[in-house]
Parts: sequence; structure tokens; C-alpha cells
Amino acid sequence: MGQIEWAMWANEQALASGLILITGGIVATAGRFTQWYFGAYSIAAGVLICLLEYPRGKRKKGSTMERCGQKYLTTVVKLFGPLTRNYYVRAVLHFLLSVPAGFLLATILGTVCLVIASVIYLLAAIRGEQWTPIEPKPKERPQVGGTIKQPPTNPPPRPPVEARKKPSVDEEEAASAGGPQVNPIPVTDEVV
Amino acid sequence: MGNWAVNEGLSIFVILVWLGLNVFLFIHYYKFYDDGPKYFYTRKLLGSALALARAPAACLNFNCMLILLPVCRNLLSFLRGSSACCSTRIRRQLDRNLTFHKMVAWMIALHTAIHTIAHLFNVEWCVNARVNNSDPYSVALSEIGDKDNEEYLNFAREKIKNPEGGLYVAVTRLAGITGVVITLCLILIITSSTKTIRRSYFEVFWYTHHLFVIFFIGLAIHGAERIVRGQTKDSLEKHDIKFCENKISEWGTIEQCPVPKFSGNPPMVVTHPFKTIELQMKKKGFKMEVGQYIFVKCPKVSKLEWHPFTLTSAPEEDFFSIHIRIVGDWTEGLFNACGCDKQEFQDAWKLPKIAVDGPFGTASEDVFSYEVVMLVGAGIGVTPFASILKSVWYKYCNNATNLRLKKIYFYWLCRDTHAFEWFADLLQLLETQMQERNNADFLSYNIYLTGWDESQANHFAVHHDEEKDVITGLKQKTQYGRPNWDNEFKTIASQHPK
Repeated sequence: MGQIEWAMWANEQALASGLILITGGIVATAGRFTQWYFGAYSIAAGVLICLLEYPRGKRKKGSTMERCGQKYLTTVVKLFGPLTRNYYVRAVLHFLLSVPAGFLLATILGTVCLVIASVIYLLAAIRGEQWTPIEPKPKERPQVGGTIKQPPTNPPPRPPVEARKKPSVDEEEAASAGGPQVNPIPVTDEVV
Repeated sequence: MGNWAVNEGLSIFVILVWLGLNVFLFIHYYKFYDDGPKYFYTRKLLGSALALARAPAACLNFNCMLILLPVCRNLLSFLRGSSACCSTRIRRQLDRNLTFHKMVAWMIALHTAIHTIAHLFNVEWCVNARVNNSDPYSVALSEIGDKDNEEYLNFAREKIKNPEGGLYVAVTRLAGITGVVITLCLILIITSSTKTIRRSYFEVFWYTHHLFVIFFIGLAIHGAERIVRGQTKDSLEKHDIKFCENKISEWGTIEQCPVPKFSGNPPMVVTHPFKTIELQMKKKGFKMEVGQYIFVKCPKVSKLEWHPFTLTSAPEEDFFSIHIRIVGDWTEGLFNACGCDKQEFQDAWKLPKIAVDGPFGTASEDVFSYEVVMLVGAGIGVTPFASILKSVWYKYCNNATNLRLKKIYFYWLCRDTHAFEWFADLLQLLETQMQERNNADFLSYNIYLTGWDESQANHFAVHHDEEKDVITGLKQKTQYGRPNWDNEFKTIASQHPK
């Protein structure tokens, strides 16, 4: 369990809590339950939480699967800097957001789930995790003409490599004796 | 396309059968709770939210039964290995067990959502009806159960208004507590089972998934309290819904509309005046005849004592009951254990366990073999006649022409009627029912009070000419002293020559 990044699970839990808060809030508001304005609050809080939690943070090890279409929200969430990067802030924020929803039976499940998410975020923060945005890697532009090499100067038949490269015989021996493979001739990729 | 059908056809077929069963269960149980008289008044209180909560409950039962099967590894290995059973193609479906497990899980999540939302509406409306925050009909329906002899319809008994009322129901009722706990377990299981968590942090997924143990324990006892109530069969026979539906303010005062009785879970204890309690119980496989008795033990009161009581219910009823008069320490202990000394309603699941042995005794079935019978009961001996008269009544109602019995002479002798008020109620009921059917002569009963004093005698003399008897409220007058048996026998003999 030492490898786990708690923030990943906290993120899933918080996203689910957001959805549950929205559902409970809709039930309370649409049914015009007593003190239904708590339900209206719950919908708003749920939407906020979903927007905040939708972009998945980057994992420390390995690659992270992005959620569908999350890059737009990533830019927004990134704007808040330390407020969204730091998990202590998130833990406290979720805890505070959950409290008003606890007054109605319809939304109390959302409250409890959000508190659990908040606790897991706290755990993540204690372990020093942070939210890093998943940035798209800059695509390397293929150099035009980079693969074109000098054509060989000798006409065929050509002697083998070792005969051509006389001065670096010692280097070759040292290289081929041990360690990672060092190619005697620079190996080029001939795929056009 | 052909290849696809060959490869996937059987799997698709299994999925379709499973979906079909879900749909069938949903619709069947929706109709069960939405039509029919049993839940008529419950529907008045809750609307379609009742059926909408019970239908997914049935689907949940079905799916929760299924969900563990695809992950029983030993079972699957056994099925795969038993080559006798089915073709390889069929057994290969077992390879898709995890997919099926996930599909059933999503179905459970969906039905949980519908069930929870419907019950949220139910709780809100029930609590509102209880605190007079609703239409007068619902308020009146919610008041049933406040008086002693009544069983409640609305499970919110405390008058706490929303939203605290709803929260109170959720934390005090077994269904509320277990509901919240198991839904929480379900949510934690689902969030830790997403692909990201599963692939990268398997331990979180694995350990959290073991919350399913708590889920199933909570699920098993979730409905134990039976707070969703329908009208009892007994009450449906006495209370004509079509006629009484709009006369809710007159329930209990007019004969056709006694207050309806609702039940979720016997045993039930009904207190009667003058220190008598009635215990109504149900037991699987219990068969009784009229006039038999049972031995009763209440371990909470005494682990060794068994006491005999005559059954006062008829075999035609779906429960059996005994009437117990509180006179000694065991009965006193039973009275306290059943919470009869407390004013507020006791939840059925808080009642003590009762052990029942029997029924024993010679049945009084002979009563049905004759045309004219004379029943004489003195003091406590009148109790078997409660059973007999009720049974006669049910037989009469169901099949009057086939009944050999044409006339009953019933003699009841007792010192005072206080201890048997409940029996007087029964006689009153029979009297009114017989009048309705224009057969007032079917049962002729004579009550003899052998204990009376000056003041009572004066009272009787003054009210001699009134239609109803002053003490019992029955049409036939109570008589005083002991009967003159010679006269009685002579009269009856002369009325029925042969």
C-alpha cells in the first residue's frame, strides 16, 4: 500500500459525492421539501465540486488517463494556483461545503460521502501529494531533411566497417568488451 | 456479422434474459403496490412513491442475490469442470463472469438510486402528514394508531416536523439506519472500483470491496421492521373501502367502517380495558381448531414457566390470538415486557420473543354438526366461545347456505363483565353484522350478571325500557342472578321440537 496516491481515490470519491449532492438537491428542490433551499445550495455545491474534481491530477509515477474532455477544465483549475494545487485546501473546502447539506435528509448522504473524500484528501496532503495539471506534451516537429545522410563515398564493393574506420580500433575494443551496446557505425533509421 | 452472432449470441441472450427478469420484477411489484385494496390507504398517504420504492426493492433483492455468484471462484471452477452438464460453448460464458458482475453492480446502483429517492419522498410526506402539514385526509390517516386499539398506518409516530423529522426517522428506524449505512458502503465500493483505482492501486480496491460484508448484513435486516404497511385481511373484510373511503371522520362510529387495521409484522399487542391484553401472533405452519388452547412462554419474563391460554381467534383468521388478563406476577411481567405500561407505540421488533406450544385440547368442532346448539360459558370459560363464535361468523359470511348450524343459544354467566369487555365488543360486532343480513335471530345470547348491588339495580330499573342494554350496549338485555335452567331448557325444547 505504500505506492498508493490517495489523491486519486479522493478524487473519485469527491466526484461521486458531487453527483450525489446534485441528485439529492434536485429531489429536495423539485419536491419542495421543507427548507428546500438547502437543496438548492446542494445543487450549486455539487456542481462546483464536480467542476473542480473533474480534471484528474497527474500521477507521480506512470502515465495518467485523462478524463474525456478534461483539458478545458484543467486550464481553469490551474489558474487558481496554490488553492487548487494544495490538498489541505481541498480537504478543508470539501468539509466546509458539506456542512450545510447535512441539514436535509435528502442531501445528507452527499454530506457523508464528501466528508469521507475530505478525509482522504487530508491523508493525501499529509503524505505530501499535490495536484499537478496534465499538460499536453509539446509535439516534436520532424526536422525536414534530418534523415538524409551523406551517401557513401566509395563505390561498391565496399570493405567492412572495421577496415574503413582505422583510427578508432582501440575505442571499438573497449566499447564492445562490456557495458551497453555501442554501435560501431552510427545506426540510422532508414525508414523514410 | 455471422461470426459476431456465433461468438456473442449466447452472451447477449443471457444478458437479455437477465434484463427481462429485472423488467418483469419491476413491473410486477409496481402493480402489486399500486393496485388492489390492501395498500389503498397507504397509497392515499404516499401516492405513487410507494410503488416506486417497492418495485426497485424487489429488483434489488434479485440483483443482490446474483452479484456474488459470478465471483464465487470455487463454484465457477466446479461448473467448468463438470463436463457432464453443458456444451463447451455454454461453459465458456463463465469466462465473462467479471463483466456480468460489473453489469449487475451497475444495476444495483441504479435501483438503489430509484429506491432511495422514492423513500425520501415517502419520509417527507409521512412526516408532513404527521405534523399536520398536509391535506386533512392524510393527517386523519396518520392519526390512526394513536388510540390503544389501533395499529398505525403512518410509520412516523413522533410529531417532529421536517427536516428534523425526516432525519429522526432515518436514525431511529432500523430501515433508516441500515439504509444509510449500506448505501454508504455501496458508494465507497463503487468509487474504489473504477478502472484507474483498480489498475493502479489494487489494494484500495480490494480492501474496500470487503465492505460488501457490511452491505449484506445491513441488507438482510433492512426490512425487518416492516414499516411499510397494508391493511390486514381481517380488516379488509370488516371495512368496506368503497363505502368508507370518503367518510374518514366517521370511522369507528358507523358500523360499516370500523377503524381499519394495518399490519406489517405481528406479533402485536393490543391493550384492552380492565387489565386485559391481547397478543396477536403469526407462526408458520400453525393450524388450529376452534376452542383449542396453547402453552405460552416468555423467556424475558421467566425461562421455565409455560402457561396455558385458550385461543380466542378463529381458524379462518391469518393470525392467532390469546387474551390475557393481568392477575399474577407472570402476567404482570408479560405486561411490562410488552411495553403495555408505556403510552407510546412500541415497535414490533422491540416486543419480546414468545414461545408457543400447541395447540392442544379437544376441538369444539361438534358445534358445526348440529342445527341448534346451546353454548354455556361461565366466567373465564367463555373464552373458547370467542373462537367458536368468530369461526361461526366467518363460516356464515362465506357460505351461509351450506352451514348446518341454524340457531345458537349462548349463555354467558359472569360476576361482572369488566374482565370480558373485549368479548362484549365481539358480541356487539356480531349483533350489528347479523342485523345487516336480516338474520337477527341466528344468535340469541343471554348474559347473566351474578354480581350486582343496590345502585346498579336502581340504574337498571330506571333504564329498563331503553333499546340497548346499559352495561354491555347490546340489544339483548342483560339479566341478573343465575339463570333458571329448567325454564331455559323447557323453552328451547318447545321451540325446537324433534
